Amino acid sequence: MALFQIKNTKISGIAACLPKNEYCNRDYTWIPLEERELFIKTTGIEKRRVAEKGVTTSDLCFIAAEKLIKELSWNKNEIDILIFVSQSRDYLIPCTSVILQDRLGLSKRTLAFDVPLGCSGYIYGMAIMDNFLSSGILKKGILMTGDISTINCAYTDKSTYPLFGDAGTATAIEYSENSNAHYYNLGSDGSGWEAISVPDGGLRNYVSKSSLDEREIAPGMIRSNIQLQLNGIDIFNFSLSEVPSNITELLSSSDKPIEKIDYFIFHQANMLINESIRKKLKIQKEKVPFTIHKFGNTSSASIPLTMISEIRNELMSKELELVLCGFGVGLSWGSVYFKTDKIVCSELIEI
Amino acid sequence: MITIEEFIQKLELEFDAITPGTLKPESVLRESVEWNSVNALILIAMINTEYDIILNAEDLKSIVTVNDIYQIIKMRMTK
Repeated sequence: MALFQIKNTKISGIAACLPKNEYCNRDYTWIPLEERELFIKTTGIEKRRVAEKGVTTSDLCFIAAEKLIKELSWNKNEIDILIFVSQSRDYLIPCTSVILQDRLGLSKRTLAFDVPLGCSGYIYGMAIMDNFLSSGILKKGILMTGDISTINCAYTDKSTYPLFGDAGTATAIEYSENSNAHYYNLGSDGSGWEAISVPDGGLRNYVSKSSLDEREIAPGMIRSNIQLQLNGIDIFNFSLSEVPSNITELLSSSDKPIEKIDYFIFHQANMLINESIRKKLKIQKEKVPFTIHKFGNTSSASIPLTMISEIRNELMSKELELVLCGFGVGLSWGSVYFKTDKIVCSELIEI
Repeated sequence: MITIEEFIQKLELEFDAITPGTLKPESVLRESVEWNSVNALILIAMINTEYDIILNAEDLKSIVTVNDIYQIIKMRMTK
């Protein structure tokens, strides 16, 4: 069971970068106005950011990382490890993290690799980074997370198009002797892999001419096999059955009563899911900040993005007890409980 | 155990399209609210947060009337 703690690491800084280009779901004329209003009311997703053609996830992460490294006054030669968590890589081959090592001007002694997870990716990325750093042999790491999801969603598919926004983030994590432990609880359920997937383009269904054929799956849902498919009901039921119990288990393993937590930062899936989870855990509304209404579902960027956007001043000025929780595509999920101590938070970057 | 009247009241609160006091146990759900994926999710969310019961896609297909949903809840709550 993946319930464990890691000592001697801390988050030193966070930065996030968004495209300036804003789409409003009220203008999504593929569906009738009434349906748009019901969608916005239920999912909470009113606006979202969409990257211009040609901009990649690594571009957004690169900008966030450059600003963060500067504000932390980190010497680039001291960065030992770089992890890029994303499902939207620059090329099929090679992996993007290695390109970022060079682009950021990091040493050739830097360890770099990609982790292709989505909504749960920030928590997994933190856990991997913590594991590398906790022994003190490697000292400093940059974790980049995010996705450009909008490129994979068909305009003619109402079940995916209005949900996602684009974003990239960078988090600085370092070895820090005697820091408070980070408690993790991670899980996977591959039996639900189809619930969020792109059928063609990998080796199981190699890309072919028919991959581009658009088909009507249901009214208002026309897409091809290289575009994202999403089963809302399955995701919803998965989230409600796994997430609350995962968090309860995490907090009881770390002897932390739920009332003592200052903030719960959830992956921004949609308002109905997030509110249902909050109600099941009986957490007060003001302890669960959200950005879903203005940025949409930003995959593995949603947790650090919400931290920067909603509780930046508190993160910078005082100690906080946080629970972060990511869940979704895979199916994959995880939560972490830890104390922060004055994190450097760059102002939200828009390009 | 909740009564069907209490369950109907909760449903009427959840769906703006339903005029309070008009829903009956024999009402056909698809005629009372426009049946789309968003409304399906609202129903699942309500039943899960209120009764800790998960309605899956099969359940949704089998449901016709308000009483059908109530019977599913009743059966799973007494298990």
